[in-house]
Amino acid sequence: MGMTITEKILAAHAGKKTVAPGELISSKVDIVLGNDITAPVAIKEFEKIGVPDVFDKEKVVLVPDHFTPNKDIKSAEQAKLLRSFAKKHELTNYFEVGRMGIEHCLLPEQGIVLPGDVIIGADSHTCTYGALGAFSTGVGSTDMAAGMASGEVWFKVPESIKFVYNGNDLNEWVSGKDLILHTIGDIGVDGALYKAMEFTGPAIENLSMDGRFTMANMAIEAGGKNGIIAPDQTTIDYVESKAKRPYKIYSSDDDAGYDAVIEYDVSQIEPQVAFPHLPENSRPVSGAGNVELDQVIIGSCTNGRMEDLRIAAKVLKGHKVHPDVRLVIIPGTQEIYKQAMKEGLFEIFVDADAAVSTPTCGPCLGGHMGILAKGERALATTNRNFVGRMGHPESEVYLSNPAVAAASAIMGRIVGPGEVE
Amino acid sequence: MEFQGLTWKFGADVDTDAIIPARYLNTSDPDELARHCMEDADPEFPNKVKSGDIIVAEKNFGCGSSREHAPICIKAAGISCVIAKSFARIFYRNAFNIGLPILESAEAVDGINEGDEVKVDVDNGVIYNVTKGTSFKSTAIPPFMQELIDAGGLINYVRGRLNR
Ligand code: SF4
Repeated sequence: MGMTITEKILAAHAGKKTVAPGELISSKVDIVLGNDITAPVAIKEFEKIGVPDVFDKEKVVLVPDHFTPNKDIKSAEQAKLLRSFAKKHELTNYFEVGRMGIEHCLLPEQGIVLPGDVIIGADSHTCTYGALGAFSTGVGSTDMAAGMASGEVWFKVPESIKFVYNGNDLNEWVSGKDLILHTIGDIGVDGALYKAMEFTGPAIENLSMDGRFTMANMAIEAGGKNGIIAPDQTTIDYVESKAKRPYKIYSSDDDAGYDAVIEYDVSQIEPQVAFPHLPENSRPVSGAGNVELDQVIIGSCTNGRMEDLRIAAKVLKGHKVHPDVRLVIIPGTQEIYKQAMKEGLFEIFVDADAAVSTPTCGPCLGGHMGILAKGERALATTNRNFVGRMGHPESEVYLSNPAVAAASAIMGRIVGPGEVE
Repeated sequence: MEFQGLTWKFGADVDTDAIIPARYLNTSDPDELARHCMEDADPEFPNKVKSGDIIVAEKNFGCGSSREHAPICIKAAGISCVIAKSFARIFYRNAFNIGLPILESAEAVDGINEGDEVKVDVDNGVIYNVTKGTSFKSTAIPPFMQELIDAGGLINYVRGRLNR
């Protein structure tokens, strides 16, 4: 029997010809990532191992993005730990505020993660890089520490589920976000527990790189170990100018074994909204009813990329944010920030009465830059709407794509972009 | 390894934001984290929980973020063990890596009410409901996980290998 793309990448990194689901392997890692929340714990554990250096100073990446620019004294202490560790170990890839971006927007943009890699990150949305055709998964701080010391990590080879998105053209205002919200709504928040989610089909082939990142980003919201999309010309065009080292393209064999094959017809998928308090509570925006909003957030590692900002600007242009709504827009990285500035998007946002922030995770995890009070309600382009995710435990978060978020900010309630004007 | 304690029950899909909300993640001090353990699922929990208590939950316990602060704060709050129908993948891995015993058993979860006294024999994967006089089997701990436990967690395991 053939192998899936996930199995092939893992086999290559374990120094084996083949691997099968359920097999336990020790795999070499190409990149080990941590942030200002998870790396402080990892650094303490790393020190207990007692090795003088990290396994490779180009392959350990630290991004202080969650509570930065430092929101309080304790966060400043955590960020300082990262900074001193990066200096001491002469890490090539440490990103200080001003160069920093949200890790999962930043690493692909900087060409740090590439097709065919095995990547671990002490952040659950490390699965984002699967969009490049890499095996990439979230781990805890102790795994990160072990990875920094040894350059290796243990895995159980996951079974794969193949998702096939049929149909060439997405409906108007439908994006990668809607495909993945629809999928999670279908299979549930543990529908792919421990499994690889392989996204395929004509609609994926037509999807932009930014849309693919959004889909792979949310694999964890279905419990998946990794999300993955086989590289094609779109991927190669994206990485060619960025890669500073060789990379390898893998794809699944025709006779590879899958735990399940699930097919969708994209002509049936409308823009989606996930209701509180789980991403699986998704439904078409047309059936949202009258949900009035206090805040709208456009940003995060799910939808803080260039395409997302362009779509938001297209909807917001010439409009004003509803007087009862606060709209905060957060570009994912400095490069995205600069590009948006060049394209005049900030003028559109500011004219519409939106607040534009420097790159940060910020409100996505209830950190800072837009925390909700008791009873308040937000619509966000982020990936999680758990209880208390954006602030008070009695606040509510709804999830959508950037077009729906922008339209809803204008109207003051959850609506599709078609309802603006 | 054996534990005995009173149980606290939780529902399905208890996420890491409910276990330890991100607003407290500007520290990694276990005792400070423990003061907010399970706060967004039950605000009184940090005050009620006693050393040796056991958490019992439905499916997909620990879903969401990769924050190791979640199992760390449960352990620091004095919880001896977590029994659930299933665990989210990263939480499962983290719990073993930091030495928080966790067991999967759907029948035990169905057969335990909150406040029941439960005894857990981790090595043999048997869960006794002392209050009701019943017992249940849990899913066996995979051999590699057992090796990690025997080595005293992942850090000791890696230290042993790298300094050999
Ligand atoms: S943007 Fe949100 S989901 Fe993404 S890494 Fe930051 S906190 Fe996590």
